[in-house]
Amino acid sequence: MAHTTPQKPTARVVRDLHERMVRIRLFETEAGKLMEAGKLPGFLHLYVGQEAVAAGVMTALRDDDQITSTHRGHGHAVAKGVGLKQMYAELYGRVTGACLGRGGSMHINDVTRGMLGANGIVGAGIPIAVGAAFAARYQGEDSVAVTFFGDGATNIGSFHEAANLAAVLRLPVLFVCENNGYAEFTPQSGHMLLADVADRAAAYGMPSVIVDGMDAVAVHEAAVAAVERARAGEGPMMIEAKTYRYFDHQGVKGLRHPYRSQQEVDEWKARDPIDLLEARAVADGTATRAELDDVWRRTREEIAEAIAYAEASPLPDTADLLLNVYSG
Amino acid sequence: MTTITEAPAAAPHGTARTLTYVKAFNEGLAQAMREDDSVFVAGEDVAGYGGVFRMFDNLLDEFGPRRMIDTPISEAALVGLGVGAAARGLRPVVDLMFMDFIGVCLDQIVNQAAKMKYMFGGAVSVPLTITTASGAGLGAAAQHSQSLEAWLAHVPGLKVVMPCDAYTAKGLTVSAIRDDNPVVVMLNKVLLGSRSEVPEDIYGIPLGQAHTARPGSDVTVIALGRMVGEALAAADELAAEGIEAEVIDPRTVQPLDTDTMIASARRTNRVLVVHEAVTFGGLGAEIAAQIQDAAFDHLDAPVLRIGAPFSPVPFSPVLEKAYVPDAARIAQGCRRLLERS
Repeated sequence: MAHTTPQKPTARVVRDLHERMVRIRLFETEAGKLMEAGKLPGFLHLYVGQEAVAAGVMTALRDDDQITSTHRGHGHAVAKGVGLKQMYAELYGRVTGACLGRGGSMHINDVTRGMLGANGIVGAGIPIAVGAAFAARYQGEDSVAVTFFGDGATNIGSFHEAANLAAVLRLPVLFVCENNGYAEFTPQSGHMLLADVADRAAAYGMPSVIVDGMDAVAVHEAAVAAVERARAGEGPMMIEAKTYRYFDHQGVKGLRHPYRSQQEVDEWKARDPIDLLEARAVADGTATRAELDDVWRRTREEIAEAIAYAEASPLPDTADLLLNVYSG
Repeated sequence: MTTITEAPAAAPHGTARTLTYVKAFNEGLAQAMREDDSVFVAGEDVAGYGGVFRMFDNLLDEFGPRRMIDTPISEAALVGLGVGAAARGLRPVVDLMFMDFIGVCLDQIVNQAAKMKYMFGGAVSVPLTITTASGAGLGAAAQHSQSLEAWLAHVPGLKVVMPCDAYTAKGLTVSAIRDDNPVVVMLNKVLLGSRSEVPEDIYGIPLGQAHTARPGSDVTVIALGRMVGEALAAADELAAEGIEAEVIDPRTVQPLDTDTMIASARRTNRVLVVHEAVTFGGLGAEIAAQIQDAAFDHLDAPVLRIGAPFSPVPFSPVLEKAYVPDAARIAQGCRRLLERS
């Protein structure tokens, strides 16, 4: 296990973490309401509860660094800087959406922001990030690639193949496991015998670190160290962030089967990542309550504007059914 | 957009250079790597060993370890590496050794490479080339002998080419690498040592353009990959009987140049489609349906399909020989079509 060097985060980093987390939280809760209201077609895998991971990692990256994401990918896209208007428009299936209405919630991407796609196939983004890292090194650039995946994805072959390949080729890839304790509805104890996913990194000669995934500063510091290492040519590394999914696997409705206890949910919510960061910021004088409230207010406005944009956007033209199937 | 260089005219008879199929592939790949630094090769034993079929001989010496990458036996990660690298501007050539291994990486091909441009709203291209050896005839049995072009041709976003000789092995490979889409190059194992005339300069063969390998007026034989040579042999046999068979090589099965096939069907009024893959659900079914849609009134008989029986590829040479279509079966099929009219 590699150890990160603890250092007091700058006020700028704390404010950046806070703003990104609030954007994700509001984007997701509003998206959930829209789905409840029957306004969104398709599936919705909400990221609420895991905000510290996306924010913590993305604040350690440059714009030219690349990421691949998962079916629960809105948080990564928001934190990487994908426009909220394009994101909502995509959820609505509008032609102004991030995928021109061809992808939906599970496929949001923006190559101009280094966001190489959410993905509908568990584990599929992992080798693609390895390829992005390969391309960066091949072209003599020092950008890195980060791949996000859940605890459940570490049981699929592409995770193991990609981890080994990245290690063998010493590629600048950061493997970020967002361990929210569940593979869909199956608890971790039912899908692997390990307590820590990070142990799997050792099988590929890859260092790893476990962080509190509800602590955005801790995630940020671990990511900064891992990214520095990757940029220096020292190869891939894994971060396991222990976190929690507030909503169900998909959608916002109640549970068909009570696969987790209310006590468990309450315990995790008592350590809400945004509450934790806000308490810390106020306590150490990084921000006042009024400043933090202002972030929420401004973000709410921006979200409302983005939703209005999506609702006013045109639908795709059915004459364009074959658009972009092939290049050339 | 990729500019396809038309093939130079064949050299005059007697001065032409011949190459083996595998050497022609190797030469085309090397020339494509010379013309574009973004082309690299990754796969199992492609660099140090030069490929189990010698497809990559000498390329490590010329291009070095930056561009010739040996990987673990990890096809899902290998193809994913190609997808990610292609999305970031490179032109990866990823080798799958045997086509039968495609099952372990089909997600990266079908769900990732094929759909990325579409799902990214056109913002990204995936100029990925996947090379692989297909086909029966070497006693390699059911997990090393399949022709799975129908699986891939069914997937929007992919292109699939099936070289039938050394000339097309080079030209189609060059075009696959220059193309901005994922292209699967299905080399044929039995043909690796076969020779034909191959121009020395780099050339591409347009993807999605069928080639009339032999003109004829009595019956059209549409043959895929190795079956082109069998069809030409059958046409020789039939010519001795006064039957003129036209042989069409689609070269690319996705996109499929049905215009050339339909035009031929309208002239000959009889069509036979032959491929190594099992007949059921094969390209022959698609080609037959399209010809019947477009030229039903011109047909003197239903389109005849010849392919493998609905069984895994057998090991024992006697069974394998009975399994794979050949010139005799193609000639017999043509005679049946003529008897019906």
